[in-house]
Amino acid sequence: MTSQTSPLLNAKIPEGDIRQKWDNHRFQMKLVNPANKRKYRIIVVGSGLAGSAAAASLGELGYDVDCFCFQDSPRRAHSIAAQGGINAAKNYANDGDSVWRLFYDTVKGGDYRAREANVYRLAQVSLNIIDQAVAQGVPFAREYSGYVDNRSFGGTQVSRTFYAAGQTGQQLLLGAYQALAKNIHSGKVKMYPRTEMLDLVVVDGQARGIVTRDLTTGAISSHAADAVCLATGGYGNVFFLSTNAKGCNVTATWRAHKRGALFANPCYTQIHPTCIPVSGDYQSKLTLMSESLRNDGRIWVPTQKGDPRAATQIPEGERDYYLERRYPAFGNLVPRDIASRAAKERCDEGFGVGPGGLGVYLDFADSIKRLGESAIKERYGNLFEMYERITGENPYQTPMRIYPAVHYTMGGLWVDYNLMSNLEGLHVLGEANFSDHGANRLGASALMQGLADGYFIIPYTIGQYLAGTKLKPVATDHAAFKDAEREVKARMNRLVEVKGNTSPDVFHRELGKLIWDHCGMARNKAGLAEALEKIPKLRERFWREVFVPQSGDVLNQTLEKAGRVADFLEFGELMCRDAWTRDESCGGHFREEYQDDEGETKRNDDEFEHVAAWEFKGVNETPVLHKEPLTYEYVKKAVRSYK
Amino acid sequence: MAHIHPLPKLLGSTVALKAAMAVSGLLLVGFLVGHMVGNLQVFGLFGGREAMNAYGAFLHSKPILLWVARIGLLVMIAIHIGSAMALIQRNQAARPIGYHMKKPIASTYASRTMRWSGPIITAYILYHLAHFTVAGVGIPGYPLMDAQSRVDIYQHVVNSFQSPLVSLIYIVAMSLLSMHLWHGLWSLFQSLGLSNARWNVLKRPMATGLTVFIIAGFMAVPLGVLFGIVK
Amino acid sequence: MKNIDLTLHVWRQENPKDTGRFDQIEAKGISTHASFLEMLDVVNDRLLAQGKRPIAFDHDCREGICGSCGVMINGEAHGPVRGTTACQLHMREFDTRGIKELWIEPWRAKAFPVIQDLVVDRSAFDRIIQAGGYISVKTGQAPDANAVPVRKDDADQAFQAATCIGCGACVASCPNGSAALFVGAKITHLGLLPQGQTERASRVLNMVTKMDDESFGACTSHGECEATCPKGIKLDVIARMNGDYRRSVAAGG
Repeated sequence: MTSQTSPLLNAKIPEGDIRQKWDNHRFQMKLVNPANKRKYRIIVVGSGLAGSAAAASLGELGYDVDCFCFQDSPRRAHSIAAQGGINAAKNYANDGDSVWRLFYDTVKGGDYRAREANVYRLAQVSLNIIDQAVAQGVPFAREYSGYVDNRSFGGTQVSRTFYAAGQTGQQLLLGAYQALAKNIHSGKVKMYPRTEMLDLVVVDGQARGIVTRDLTTGAISSHAADAVCLATGGYGNVFFLSTNAKGCNVTATWRAHKRGALFANPCYTQIHPTCIPVSGDYQSKLTLMSESLRNDGRIWVPTQKGDPRAATQIPEGERDYYLERRYPAFGNLVPRDIASRAAKERCDEGFGVGPGGLGVYLDFADSIKRLGESAIKERYGNLFEMYERITGENPYQTPMRIYPAVHYTMGGLWVDYNLMSNLEGLHVLGEANFSDHGANRLGASALMQGLADGYFIIPYTIGQYLAGTKLKPVATDHAAFKDAEREVKARMNRLVEVKGNTSPDVFHRELGKLIWDHCGMARNKAGLAEALEKIPKLRERFWREVFVPQSGDVLNQTLEKAGRVADFLEFGELMCRDAWTRDESCGGHFREEYQDDEGETKRNDDEFEHVAAWEFKGVNETPVLHKEPLTYEYVKKAVRSYK
Repeated sequence: MAHIHPLPKLLGSTVALKAAMAVSGLLLVGFLVGHMVGNLQVFGLFGGREAMNAYGAFLHSKPILLWVARIGLLVMIAIHIGSAMALIQRNQAARPIGYHMKKPIASTYASRTMRWSGPIITAYILYHLAHFTVAGVGIPGYPLMDAQSRVDIYQHVVNSFQSPLVSLIYIVAMSLLSMHLWHGLWSLFQSLGLSNARWNVLKRPMATGLTVFIIAGFMAVPLGVLFGIVK
Repeated sequence: MKNIDLTLHVWRQENPKDTGRFDQIEAKGISTHASFLEMLDVVNDRLLAQGKRPIAFDHDCREGICGSCGVMINGEAHGPVRGTTACQLHMREFDTRGIKELWIEPWRAKAFPVIQDLVVDRSAFDRIIQAGGYISVKTGQAPDANAVPVRKDDADQAFQAATCIGCGACVASCPNGSAALFVGAKITHLGLLPQGQTERASRVLNMVTKMDDESFGACTSHGECEATCPKGIKLDVIARMNGDYRRSVAAGG
């Protein structure tokens, strides 16, 4: 069961039937005596759903917790922006849902590249998440009966999504944030806002602390602990333009990777099909429009390349409703990756609309005719308003223009069943780890995973680690901390001393374009090889030409940015290498060479049914690939078809 | 996290001080209504000189009642002004550095000038007391007596308001009072936490209606005198 | 697409102790499709190219939900468009209003000290939540989500109050520097739900006491907070806070 190619990768999946694994595991775990918990210090980096939930839950158990976030308040973590909802196998809708079905849908949605045991446990604890959130006062949408309402979401046939209007992430995060606040007040958690983790400290092969920079004062300090949890989110901002917040970055996980943690499946990225297109070169980020719009909007492009007419002037016969044409069964409701690629295909062929031809129409005229404007307003009023606020166009009168954008990253630091990386004591939670979504994540599952990890998994597994591990006393005066501090300072000084003439954003944009062009919605061997050649050169130019004013001793937003871009410039190369190595198409990883006659993904289970976990060997050195084989004992594999 | 907050601290909070302003303000409004209704007796329709002077004599025949009311009023005024001063101090301290540019969006002239209309009205009350109650400032031959040897309040009123200056001061003071009342009457619902989805829409109209009622009643007297309706 | 030229007067302050001043910066050729923060990005890239320190400002999600951004623009919190955060404010709004000169200032309040330029320290908000803005349920204690029905009206109203993003525009625009809208929103959110009743009385006392200790001013019902709140939180939440406070003190604190 836990056979592995590399000794570094023992997934430690418990024995037994998948339905009993987690229960058995929890029973067999060593426990930390309640009176002893306060003697253990745990560092949690990040305060999104996973980080806040973990810090609060660990604090409640009695551990001494230090929690860090780079934002000015833990409440601002990017989990807050999730719109649609959170899945849970409650079966409140009485429509045949079950833990088993959620497990099955998730593994299938991930195109059979996720670990079965992890996903099953995720589906199990999904039930507790909803209970916990409601008890915290998360105001989920309710029916007139007073009971919680559910809706359906892409990729499933049951209504299992719990939601709070279009602000589910915000409400769940505030629930976790408030639980965290309670623990800060009681003194169990010490919070460090506006503090960025810049290195991981490893002592005798165990993660024993971090080095941080206080973003307000510039002070570099060390924090020692018995275990470290990274809940620092995904790396979508490697594309520069994404739906991620501007501050989202790969730095924490990348520094951990450089200290020995393996990075798994970095090429798995999710592209969301319905975002507002880029409007100019000043553009700083992309805005997502909820997927639910595809329920009533029809997607089309003109049949004539570069048609100069306004959308409303183009007659019905000269419109190509390409999703309805290619996928008559699912039409406009095909899964995210398929809808995204289809839009890209039309635009690449020159049929795109709007500035630069990078957009397709999402048209509500038929629905407005059929249901009336007021019905559409009731369903999507806030989204239409948002669209108009950003574009200045009224979508009731003229079709929306949309284009796919990077939204979520399935890859992340490799973890075992206990959410611990190959580095002892380093635990990785939420989007920052790789574990549960395989090559493609289903809608409304990110919130579920973040909270599952934080509330219901790490509080158990970290106890087992602490109870079962010999930990020598280590304080911040240990040489490893001093070395790490020195390295952090030296790197910062190097950035300041380049004294070039180019803003870090310029390099970030350039990197983003490279990655988008060669490692975006569709990839191919030649393009990836080109990116692999260009990224080191860009990195070199960055270190020659970047300009960071002032020093590191004050609030210096350019320095923060430069440090993060420097890490993206290293990470981007690994991402392309992973994509270059994975000679198959699966989920969000679409290699143009591996598609069927109709342009659909073609997996290669014989050669690539594994987790690709990369070991850092040095900048400009080729990383080493470790493979964790995936086995499917409970889910029957199939080819995804939405025709 | 059950914390026991000492009562003095709870009663000194911004929220408690605002509640104190609301309660004292509301009682003062009650007094204003009574005062205004009493004033209307100068009009022949409501009894004129006879009613007015009899009313005054009646009040003075019950000194205990009168002093209880007076002390009550003074206490209310003290609470209202004391709370206001404490809040103004805190509010000013809450923004030590102001804006170069600040546009009012929802606030009204009335709401922004409460801290000016208040002291001006206070000053007016002092003048008003000196004028009618204590010393008859500006009324020749004060106190005048009527045929039944009662203080001729009616004549005091008529003689005073025949002076356009006295009337003007009164009317200006009432205008300021109207703004103060209009904002205060709406704000006190907020301060006391009286909120109800069904009735909330009526708060503003109620504040406007009551303000118009009180101020119209007060202003009617000098205008009645000036226009010769009361003589 | 159209480009416009603007004159900016931006508050520049090196650190919390610096007295600060307005810098006049010409922002030429700004696309009307750019957002206000993207305009600042463009200005900053140009400042960097001239070897100058860029304008520091807080921002993160740029889709109006994280609450990081917020500045006074010509005397209005988040600028001239109601219900919109600075990150979602687009330059065309200045063009259509004929505005060519912008005064850009940080939130001003004793409780929000300036850290640098337009960046202020809003941790006082966190401390108020820490004082009681939560329901004390430990992980694992929760009963089934449907064990307690919640009236839809109450749930919807609680949600409305809970959409507060903690940006601080209410404090910034209040003539008294009051945080009543922020505190009232949390009191209302939790106070409307059955789960929030147990701690309702102590919550309001703890939060209001903390609010005062953090040097915020008092609510005098101007309504500026409601008008500039990008999430449309209603003044009514303040009445609810005040009502809860009154009842709680009357019941013996």
